Parts: sequence; C-alpha cells; structure tokens
Amino acid sequence: MPIAESEIKWIEEPRLGLWEQLYVPALIDGLKTTVGHLFSRKVTEQYPEEEPKLPPNYRGVHRLNRDEKGRVKCVACYMCATACPAHCIDIVAAPAPADWQRDGREKYPETFVIDELRCIYCGMCEEACPVDAIELTTLYDLTGLSREEMVFDKEKLLSVFDQTTAAGTDPIRTRSGRLGPASEPPPE
Amino acid sequence: MPLFDPINTAIVIVALMAGVLGLCGYLTLSERKISAWMQDRLGPNRVGPKGLFQPLADGGKFFLKEEVVPSHVDRIFYLLAPAVAVGTALLALAIVPFGATTPAPDPIPARLTAEGISPLTQFEQQHQAYQQQFNFVLNPGLDIGVLYLFALGSLAVYGVILAGWSANNKYSLLGSLRASAQIVSYEIPLGLSVLGVFLLVGSLNPEKIIAWQTSHGTWLLLLQPLALLLFMTSLYAEDNRLPFDLPEAEQELVGGYHTEYSSLKLGLLLLSEYVHLVTSSFMIAVLFLGGWSLFGLESLIENPTVAAVVKLLVLCGKMVALCVFAQLVRWTIPRFRFDQLMNLAWKVMIPLGLLNLLSVMVVKQLGASLVLLPLFSGLLFIGVGVLSARWQGSVTNPKRKVAKLPPGLPPGVTYAS
Repeated sequence: MPIAESEIKWIEEPRLGLWEQLYVPALIDGLKTTVGHLFSRKVTEQYPEEEPKLPPNYRGVHRLNRDEKGRVKCVACYMCATACPAHCIDIVAAPAPADWQRDGREKYPETFVIDELRCIYCGMCEEACPVDAIELTTLYDLTGLSREEMVFDKEKLLSVFDQTTAAGTDPIRTRSGRLGPASEPPPE
Repeated sequence: MPLFDPINTAIVIVALMAGVLGLCGYLTLSERKISAWMQDRLGPNRVGPKGLFQPLADGGKFFLKEEVVPSHVDRIFYLLAPAVAVGTALLALAIVPFGATTPAPDPIPARLTAEGISPLTQFEQQHQAYQQQFNFVLNPGLDIGVLYLFALGSLAVYGVILAGWSANNKYSLLGSLRASAQIVSYEIPLGLSVLGVFLLVGSLNPEKIIAWQTSHGTWLLLLQPLALLLFMTSLYAEDNRLPFDLPEAEQELVGGYHTEYSSLKLGLLLLSEYVHLVTSSFMIAVLFLGGWSLFGLESLIENPTVAAVVKLLVLCGKMVALCVFAQLVRWTIPRFRFDQLMNLAWKVMIPLGLLNLLSVMVVKQLGASLVLLPLFSGLLFIGVGVLSARWQGSVTNPKRKVAKLPPGLPPGVTYAS
C-alpha cells in the first residue's frame, strides 16, 4: 500500500541561530553534561562481591516444592514434561506410599530429572503444573564441571527448595511452600 | 647549558622517555576511567588498588599476544610503519620544555655600552650566567624550535600511511587515505594559528616564548584566544583524536590503518598517538599557558632546587590537565563526517587563522596596545558566527537539492495488492 501524499509531512531541520553556529557554547554545554556525570552515582554492580537483587519472578534454576509434611509436592502428572519445549524433564511415576494415599495422593515421582543444560528457562513447566510443585527460582549462578553434574535429580531439586526457602528467596508463586497470591485458588 | 655534556643529556633522555612512556600508559587508564565515569560506570578496577596496575597488565598483554604478520602484506613497510610512527612521535620530544628554562641571552650590539662595561665582557658575563642554568629541555637553545616540531608532525603521517598502505587491506587503506587528507588539511591552520604568537614574541624558540610570557606578565591565552582555539582544534585533528578520529573510525573502518596489526606492533601504533597527545599538550602549555609560570607565584620561592621542582610540577601539571581535557572532549563530542571535517579546515579555520594573523600584524605595525588583540579575536569569532548564522551554513555545509516526486505512483511502479 503506497503512502498517500496527504499523509506525508515534510519537515525542515530547525534553523541554527548565532548561538548554535558559534559551536563553542554548544561544546561547553556538552562538557557540562559529561563532566556532571563524572561525579554522579555509579550504577555498576561489583558482581562477585555484590550479589544482584533479582526480582522474585526471575527464571533461574528449578526447584521441586515440598508440602507441609516435607514430602515432594509433585503428583507425577507429566504436565510439565509435556509442556516443556526443550524436552528436558524426565519423570518416572510410581504409586504413592500408603500413608500418602490417605492424604489423597495416588502417584508420586519415583525419579524426577531435569537436564539443566538442555532447559531454556522459559517457565512453561511452572505454568503447566497443577499443584505448584515445580518452580523457577532466582538462582542464576549455575555452574558445573561436567554434563552429568548438570543433570539435576529429585534430591538435588528438593535441596534447591530447602536452600532458597532458608535464604528467603522464594519465587513469587509460592511462599515457603504455601500458595502465593499469584497462584490460582485450589478447586473447591 | 649550551655545552654538550653526553652524560647529562643521556640522563635527561632516559628520564624524559621513561616519564612520557609511563604517562602514556596511565593516559590509557585515565581514558578508560573517564569514559566509564561519564557513562556512570566504574571502569577498570581489578588490577591492583583501584585498577592502578591496569596499564602494566595491558602492556604485558601486548608483549604476550601472538604476533601475526598476514601473508598478503608488504612485509618491509608493514614492519617499518610502527617504528616510523613511534620514532617520529618520540623525536618530537627533543625540543619540548618540561620544566624551568632560561633562554640564551640575546646578542648585544657592539656600540651599546651599559654603565661602563664593554659589550664583550657584558656578553661573556651573560653567557657565564647562562651556563650556570640547567634547562629542562633535551635540546636547549634550538632557535628553529617549534618549526622542528611541525616538521616532525608532518613526518608522523608517514607511519599512518605506511601502516595503511602496506597492510593491503581496503579498510586500512581507507583509514590511511583519510589520515593523509586530514593531516595535510589541518597542518595549515595549525601553522597559521601560531604565526601570530611567533610575530608577537619574535622567536620560534619555546624557551623564549615562555620568557616573553613571564616578562610581560600575561599568558598568550589572553592575547590570542582565537589562536588557541584553532591550534587546539588542529592539534586534535593531527593527533587523530576524537572528534577527528576518522582514520581509525571503528564503526566504519574496523580498525582503520591498524586493522592488520597485532601484538606489540599494534601497541606501538597506539602508543604513538598518546605520545603525540603528550607533546601537543606540552606545546599548548608552553605557547599559550605560560609554560612553567603560575601567576608569578613560582618566583616567590628562594631555594633554586625547590623552585626548579615547582616549575617542573607546574608545567607537567598543565600538560596533564590538557591531556585530561582532550579526553573529556573525546567522550563529549561525536565524530565529524568527512565533508564536515574538510569544510571546517578549509572554509572556517584557514580564513580565521589568516584574519587572526592579519590582526596581529596590524597591531604590531601600528604599535597599538596589545589589549586590542583579544578584542580582535572576539570580533572575528563572533563575526564568523554571525556570517554562518546568516548563510545558514550554506557555505560550510552545502545542501543538495531534494527532488520532490509528484504525488501518486511513479510511472512503471506497481504495488502488489
């Protein structure tokens, strides 16, 4: 679609007066700005010494939440593994132990493995989870010496939960295992 | 100190070179720090306290980097270019005063007798007094002085041209072509602007120029402000410093003339630019800011050793301040376009320099008061501003005509519906 002539606005650049044509005043004006910034507060964060304060909805390393009794909250429904675009979640489900069954838990994950190198940290597993069991935390400094080390199993993911809960850096969805304001209310 | 003493000279050479090269290292640090501070960052601060050993790390890195000589270069000139660049830059330091100086006594006409002393004995007394003085110059009493500096400044472009041409690379060649055009153009206002100073002082010798300023109790900055502006601008252009760093404009030319260089050869090319900056800052301080004088305060000190140290510090302090100013300007003004660069030199600075020279000539010829000189400078400056505001930059920045197309589609053009 060509642009109609009536919609074209012809603009002329502003005409410079004597003050601007002298050039030196403009230069001094620029120097005032830059020299002012010389002494202003710096925004640099000294990373290894100063940790950045990340927003609680940051998408870092995953964690598996525990319920009130310290059991893994996951019900092994495979929703996260289905939603995952990178296919990095591997779950093996098993019937839940008898005392868990009394609380209405039928299944639980026997193994729950996330390949942190394959993950793209999109947060879709978190969105898919019906029981708010998997979450992304604000941990970002994830390193390892081998590929095997970066494949996180259930214990490792639960320990991330313990670690972040102890540090008080819970994600926005849940606070210390309880449902946060952002999560949906449980069905009546 | 007119007698040549090899040991003394060697000591001065070593001290001067060490000082200037060390300063150049720290100028790279200050450049990075200033740019960081201006952008609200902290700058390099990991090597040593507050990053003070950063230049050592940088220098060490230049030594340890792999030295690549591409197969397509003209080997001889490629290897020669950094040496030429650094050599000419360092040679220019030979006449630069860096502390207290005493000019050689003027010759005395034989017929004049002052208080019964014969001219010959008077002359010999003056010379004996002169030989007692220590001059903080590598080559004191050189009467061509500043001319030598300009000659070496023109030679310095050889380093850039050789580097760009021998690298056999389009970006390098473009960079060196720009450098040659730029330096040829800016040599003229550079020389023209200080001709007025030479006319006023009557000498090209930097020691005499300082002595003239101290004896007249004024800095040439106050008498020739316009000349200082032109001189400083052309010096930045000669040193390839921003806003005139087109020879190495990295956004356009990768690295400009040093694209193909690596390791210490690149380090030498970069070093030569900082040596140029130091030399030109010294020259601005000597020619316009009264050299080692500081409003007559330095003459209050009785002890000659302390006085010499103070004068050294004053002149070097002025030089460092000018270097820092150049860096402030670098991170403030964006780069000129090439046609703007050429227009500025040929259509603004050369006419201004000529008119400024004319005003000095008129004042000297009519024997008028020197107070008129800054007035003339101001008049010229404002006058040029008025003219360019009147002409709307049509002289310095001619516009091409914009052809407005008639409304509707041009013939033969159809749009997919």
